[in-house]
Amino acid sequence: MPTEHVFPEAGAKAAAAAQEFEGEKMSLSMGPSHPSTHGVLRLQMEIDGEVLTKAEPILGYLHRGDEKIAENMTYNQFVPYTDRLDYLAPLANNVAYAIAVEKLANLEIPPRCQAIRVICCELARISSHLMGLGAYGIDVGAWTVFLYSFTEREKLYRLFEELTGARFTTSYTRIGGVSRDVPEGWTDRVNAFCDQFLPILEEILRLLTRNKIFTDRTVDIGVISKDDAVAYGLTGPNLRGSGVALDLRKDKPYSGYEQYEFDVPVGTKGDCYDRYLVRGEEMRQSVRIIKQAVAKFPGGDWYAKDAKKIFAPPKDKVLSSMEELIHNFMIVTEGPLIPPGEVYFEAENPKGILGFYIVSKGGGVPWRLKIRSPSFCNLSILPKVCVGAMISDVVSILGSFDFVMGECDR
Amino acid sequence: MAVIQVDRKPLTFAERTYIPQILSGLKTTWKHLRSTAVTLEYPEQRPNIPPGYRGVPTLVKDPHGREKCVSCQLCEFVCPPKAIRITPGEIPPGSPNRQIEKAPQAFDIDMLRCIYCGFCQEVCPEEAIFLQNQYSMTGYTREEMVNHKDKLLELGGTLPDKHFKWEKKLHAEQEGNAH
Ligand code: SF4
Ligand code: SF4
Repeated sequence: MPTEHVFPEAGAKAAAAAQEFEGEKMSLSMGPSHPSTHGVLRLQMEIDGEVLTKAEPILGYLHRGDEKIAENMTYNQFVPYTDRLDYLAPLANNVAYAIAVEKLANLEIPPRCQAIRVICCELARISSHLMGLGAYGIDVGAWTVFLYSFTEREKLYRLFEELTGARFTTSYTRIGGVSRDVPEGWTDRVNAFCDQFLPILEEILRLLTRNKIFTDRTVDIGVISKDDAVAYGLTGPNLRGSGVALDLRKDKPYSGYEQYEFDVPVGTKGDCYDRYLVRGEEMRQSVRIIKQAVAKFPGGDWYAKDAKKIFAPPKDKVLSSMEELIHNFMIVTEGPLIPPGEVYFEAENPKGILGFYIVSKGGGVPWRLKIRSPSFCNLSILPKVCVGAMISDVVSILGSFDFVMGECDR
Repeated sequence: MAVIQVDRKPLTFAERTYIPQILSGLKTTWKHLRSTAVTLEYPEQRPNIPPGYRGVPTLVKDPHGREKCVSCQLCEFVCPPKAIRITPGEIPPGSPNRQIEKAPQAFDIDMLRCIYCGFCQEVCPEEAIFLQNQYSMTGYTREEMVNHKDKLLELGGTLPDKHFKWEKKLHAEQEGNAH
């Protein structure tokens, strides 16, 4: 028997109202300047109440045309531009770029230089993950984590400053080596940093890992299945969080990574919590690598001495010998002489796999340089994971991706 | 290949009550309350600048007070953001430094463009340009942010020299004349 309204008029009104709101969706734009979009990402969302029905990342607000710029300068001059890709780990970018060009030139890099680069990469990884962790903490409402992780990051920046002369924009590598050797006692200070860092890292992680407020916001949020992660080309901690153990430091070792012992942490579920846990564990592993690298820090040359046409001669020689002076001028004005050919090299950066595809027609200037940036590829899955999530979850998901727009838009 | 799975045990009942976390969080906070401050009272206190720091680029003089730059323009060429502008000039034949032949007439570095990369210092064949430990440049106008030659020399001061290569040239010339 059909229900009969006692007050038919009111019933009709209510039904009409329900119909009016049903299916009505609101579009909401998050960013490009929103604190939780970590830079200038804009998310064009369509929401039904609190739930997202569509999310589209809109990129390009930080586009600088780095790839085109590269075609107009020598290989070495492009190094400062790589700082500004993933600006939270400039050293790792410097290293990836230098190795790519060296691979094109078929250049042997002495072990000392390789060890310096490994230490640099791992320190950069720690600093990037600390930043990611701190910012994630803020995103989900835990301010303290940010303060503690920044204190540690500052110590790292002191080390970078000593090594490269700058805290942030390190521009440290050159094709065939690095800009200068490690200063006296620097490796000991790196070691000392590692020793004091581990307990502090545990303390920082303890604030979040078993914290109900934190797990409420991350567990089972933004789940990415193994297949999806692979299909969308995710890399780095985001891929490993979904349980795929792809780490180029193990799978395709470069710069002497094969000598070091470390584990690759993977997640099981692929949710925000797993990505967080993977980053935490990666920092511990990085410390392990650094300690090994420092323990067997090789002596010898810190740049490829034989590559006379690629690495500029030492300053002393430039000032005292005509031949070296001319070499210096040639390398600076023409650029390091790289044979024609093409190369694709990818390195395991803190955010994922950073790739450089370089085409050379010979000479000191790349003919074409393409950058495969991990953040860009990682964001491609956003429209998929965000659908069905609540608006507040989007903040959590974005934070767990730990992307950086500098390299996304390049 | 050593792959480890990150540990994710479900929270215990006690942890689900929020209480242990709150307590341990407070403990951490109290511990840090008693530790020394990690921040500096800038600008009264200044951080230590390590040697080799890449601050504002400056022009330097050698111990005899000679401006070392010979306006070879290598730094102008290499500067990635094109912050340096040099107008080369001649050294008149009567000058004591005549064997050097060239010196910059004007030397400007636009600090709004400079990215402190240190390439100018690295390529300079005369050790004439150095990034020293000055790190804060301020100004009210764009013009103020362009460092001209006098300002650059004033910022740079005098640095020791190992080679004195131009004196060697002078000696060689004199000896050549004597022969
Ligand atoms: S500063 Fe050095 S590189 Fe620049 S023009 Fe003078 S001598 Fe040449
Ligand atoms: S530090 Fe770099 S950007 Fe600044 S003037 Fe020198 S070369 Fe140019």
